[in-house]
Amino acid sequence: MSEPTVGVRTVAPIVVGILILAVWEGACRFWHVPSYLFPTPSAIVAALVNNWPTLLRALGTTLAITLQAFAVAVVLGTLIAFVFVQNKAIEASFFPYAVLLQVTPVVAVAPLIIILVKNTALSLTICATVVAIFPVISNTTIGLHSVDPGLLSYFRMNKATRLETLLRLRIPSALPFFLAGLRIASGLALIGAVVAEFVAGTGGQSAGLAYQILQAGFQLDIPLMFAALFLIALSGVVLYLAMVALNNALLGHWHESAMAEEK
Amino acid sequence: MIEVANAAVPAVIELRSADKIFANGMRGLAPIDLCVRPGEFVTLIGPSGCGKSTLLKLMANLIAPTAGQLGWWGEGFERVGEAGHQIAFVFQEPTLMPWSRVDANVRLPLDFARVPHPVALPRVDAALAQVNLTEFRRHYPRQLSGGMRMRVSIARALVTDPDLLLMDEPFGALDEFTRNKLDDDLLRLSFERRLTTIFVTHSLYEAVFLSTRVIVMAANPGRIFAEFPVDEPEPRGDDFRTSARFAELARGLSKILNEASVASERGT
Repeated sequence: MSEPTVGVRTVAPIVVGILILAVWEGACRFWHVPSYLFPTPSAIVAALVNNWPTLLRALGTTLAITLQAFAVAVVLGTLIAFVFVQNKAIEASFFPYAVLLQVTPVVAVAPLIIILVKNTALSLTICATVVAIFPVISNTTIGLHSVDPGLLSYFRMNKATRLETLLRLRIPSALPFFLAGLRIASGLALIGAVVAEFVAGTGGQSAGLAYQILQAGFQLDIPLMFAALFLIALSGVVLYLAMVALNNALLGHWHESAMAEEK
Repeated sequence: MIEVANAAVPAVIELRSADKIFANGMRGLAPIDLCVRPGEFVTLIGPSGCGKSTLLKLMANLIAPTAGQLGWWGEGFERVGEAGHQIAFVFQEPTLMPWSRVDANVRLPLDFARVPHPVALPRVDAALAQVNLTEFRRHYPRQLSGGMRMRVSIARALVTDPDLLLMDEPFGALDEFTRNKLDDDLLRLSFERRLTTIFVTHSLYEAVFLSTRVIVMAANPGRIFAEFPVDEPEPRGDDFRTSARFAELARGLSKILNEASVASERGT
């Protein structure tokens, strides 16, 4: 079998998506499924259009928290990884706590953080950061450690300074791992933001998409619920694609992860 | 005549009873005495475990001897890197930076030595020309074949204008045709630039073709078993490979290698 071309890979999922939507619409109409149980795609689009200003503001709130948490996770996670690789003892002492942070479900920690931190937006950002930071720490640490031993010998033999070794060997070696960490962390930041908002249940001007879903659920406005859900999924896809684009831009010339298209 | 002239100049590298016992208590090398003079092409050959790579790493100061002494141009390792005391090492693998283009990889040792760009660039060009890779200067290592990557690695060694070239089975992973081609190139370069080279190999044909002197090593413990001079004048061409003289030398070296192999098993 030959490799599918880029055109096929773009067109095929779109065709499948249209087919699913058509069957969905047809089935709901044929069996007269009430929209408070399972709305048709057209009803969801209508809800999206009718509630656009509210949904757009909610999307803005959720995205702001996601991106802030992602940024903090990347900066803080990278710094922690750099501290870890300086010293085996530090890494051995603190890494278990990074794991502890990771394995504790955010839903369980979120109420505590929300109680402790008065500012709602800040508490949500902290929750999302806690979820997103681990892949950054873990991947960057592994990346900074995975240096080709031959190249490391070569640098030592040429009396390279610590800074030269860091800038010209360790950081480029770590880059593919770091970027894979970013890809996971971007998705987790969104999940963290949505979950924390569910727990906090904050409304008003700063309400995010999760709050819209909760509200729509209470009012049995299922099309609105789907519309909010759709926006969350779309945000996740856009974040993921942005990370893939960053990966390809930085590694396109030399790393296998960015060369899938090539034969 | 040449021997007398060489004896007057200081050795490029000299080992006096240098040995190596590894951290786990294993003896890697029995005390070794060895002296390499300028312009020599010395090959280290022997059964696996004979310590030829360990010996080369000692000479590159990648590891330190447990006892005994090493001298580079009659001095300690601190002065290596100064003018006239330049060592280049070529590994078994090309060990290139995959994220850098060919020319940036070749320039790396000059960057370490703080050579300014305007001075470095013509030297990089010259080194790439010597290994016939000029038109691949803007390529990434992954775009090159195994033999070409090895040639980049050699260019990176030559760009420092080394006085001593240490090579650890550099062509071991390549097919015979490519290996012969690179051997030809290496010999030509080494003759043109009057390089002093120490070369580890598994191939007795490669050893005969390249060397002015072959050092046969044996294992249990790693030691020098015998020395085998190859008194064929340079430059040597491809016709040397098929000559009766070459076959005779290869037969002689093969005999000593077999003895070294037996001695390695007995440990005597």
